[in-house]
Amino acid sequence: MVAFPVPLRRRRERAVAEGQALITTADWHRPAVRWGIGSAQLLLLVGLVIVGLGPLLWLAKSAITPTTDTITHPMSLFPHGAAWSNLREAWSNVNVGRYFWNTIVIAFGSWLSQIVVATTAGFALSVLRPKYARILTALLLTTLFVPLVVLLVPLYVEIVHPPLIHHSFIDSYWAVWLPAGASAFNVVLMQRFFDNLPREIFEAARIDGAGPFRLFWSVVLPMSKPILGVVSVFAVLASWKDFLWPLLVITNPDRQPLSVRLPTIQSQTELGIFLAAMFIACLVPIAGFLIFQRSFLRGPGLSGAIKG
Amino acid sequence: MTDLARAAVPHSRPHRRSRRTPITWVRGGGLTTLIFLLPMLLLFGAFSWYPIARTVIMSLQHTNLVQPATWVGLDNFRTVLHDPLLPKAVENTAEFAGLALIFGYPIPLIAAVLMSEVRRFRGIYSALAYLPVVIPPVVAVLLWKTFYDANSTGVFNTILGWIHLGPYPWLQSQRTALPSLVLESTWANAGGTVIIYLAALTGVRRELYEAASVDGASLWRKVWHITLPQLRGVLLVTMILQIIGTAQVFLEPYLFTSGGPANSTLTVLLLIYNYAFGNSLGGDYGSATALSLMLAAFLAVFSLLYLRATRSWSTS
Repeated sequence: MVAFPVPLRRRRERAVAEGQALITTADWHRPAVRWGIGSAQLLLLVGLVIVGLGPLLWLAKSAITPTTDTITHPMSLFPHGAAWSNLREAWSNVNVGRYFWNTIVIAFGSWLSQIVVATTAGFALSVLRPKYARILTALLLTTLFVPLVVLLVPLYVEIVHPPLIHHSFIDSYWAVWLPAGASAFNVVLMQRFFDNLPREIFEAARIDGAGPFRLFWSVVLPMSKPILGVVSVFAVLASWKDFLWPLLVITNPDRQPLSVRLPTIQSQTELGIFLAAMFIACLVPIAGFLIFQRSFLRGPGLSGAIKG
Repeated sequence: MTDLARAAVPHSRPHRRSRRTPITWVRGGGLTTLIFLLPMLLLFGAFSWYPIARTVIMSLQHTNLVQPATWVGLDNFRTVLHDPLLPKAVENTAEFAGLALIFGYPIPLIAAVLMSEVRRFRGIYSALAYLPVVIPPVVAVLLWKTFYDANSTGVFNTILGWIHLGPYPWLQSQRTALPSLVLESTWANAGGTVIIYLAALTGVRRELYEAASVDGASLWRKVWHITLPQLRGVLLVTMILQIIGTAQVFLEPYLFTSGGPANSTLTVLLLIYNYAFGNSLGGDYGSATALSLMLAAFLAVFSLLYLRATRSWSTS
């Protein structure tokens, strides 16, 4: 996964071993501190388990509990046995399988368009550096500060009545894929990463006769695996979470992603099956989180957006 | 031009002219650069820059996609400002933001300070704190909607029943609906704030703690005089980010209550949505864009504050 530069990793390890040194080792040897902070930390752990994990565990339990049990005794553990049929019914009868597939297709296209735009633009602005790069970067940065609300209505109108092309893109996945690519955050992240790659390697590649395309494909991209991984994980998960935009532009239920279908499923099916559908909707993001934990908890948003 | 002048700058003019021809531009890599920029220019042009400009135009027009648009000047802004629902929406949004700050500001900070001093299994702490952020927002809201069931057999009412409280109406009463929404939103977002604080805490200089320990400062004094002042910049940034985020809250009121009961959870963004998409006969896109522009102008103030805060932070 993401490789840390060595000094950072060393600092992390030291910090993990000794805490942040707000409480020194000498402090730790004082019983009052040891008990006070220790029990506060234990309390925090219990609280985090209840608040962070509790709702998910309840969802997992209720997804395989008969509806009547969940309605009458929401907090008891399988008073009348489990109902694994909830999951099967949700998957096939309520068509969650189909919506799940739609979600995957939408996420894949959004990922592809984000990666293509971010890498090519980042490469052009950071490595090729045309004279107008500064103007373009400024134009990109301003879009970061335009709230998405402002785009909602005109984007929708543009999808329904695109200029030049007289064909509505409603119900087409392109209506989700293409706007996803216009993410200034990704481009800036990529540009910053490319800025930090050693220039000598580019020069060496040029002297060896590599043109810009070769440089991009065989030198820059292979060196950028960490950032490509981070952008990909976040692109897929953001697409998985998206609700309002697909709700507006994908109106055909057979083509809608799972997140858009869930409110309808709630109103049309019994509770147990609905909760099973919700549980299925959580699986991919949670698996992604567990696998790529480090990139989440380190937060590319921190180094990229906040530290500026 | 005299011969003398021409002699003084012998090759400059023809040289400069040759540099500007299209062929040299292509040979110099200009075209290749443009090819690399093409995906960005196309997608940003079509789905970012153009719609931003279009918002401004649409806010000055009357348009419903059926009839051709007509220019109406500032009429849309006037309509929105005279809408009796607007003050309600602004008030609810402000209340949401305020409550979200009260619920969601101190707890992540305390949790992060405690977590940063955990000596073993710190990963488990932060993973648990971040877990709710990973859950798709729609799932989170609909799950909490189930929890908020107003019957005495609802999840929260059952739990509170163990200590003889409730049952509470949660989403069904004008008084408790908005706080219920904020509670869910805090649960869903606090993990992200915790992670930001944790990262910022690793930046607090250890020498300061060590010096304070040598001087015999107590734990509280160290927190108060070192940790918090060192986190000042981050605290400001998370506050601004939270305000920008909560000013655009949509999913919670839309899915939990559709703005009810009696508009007690109607937010600005839900109002924009209702203008544009709430009416099946055709959207009032003029009013929707006018209100989004006003919201954007308000948020721009916070964005500028954010820029200033991050700039001073990164240089300090």
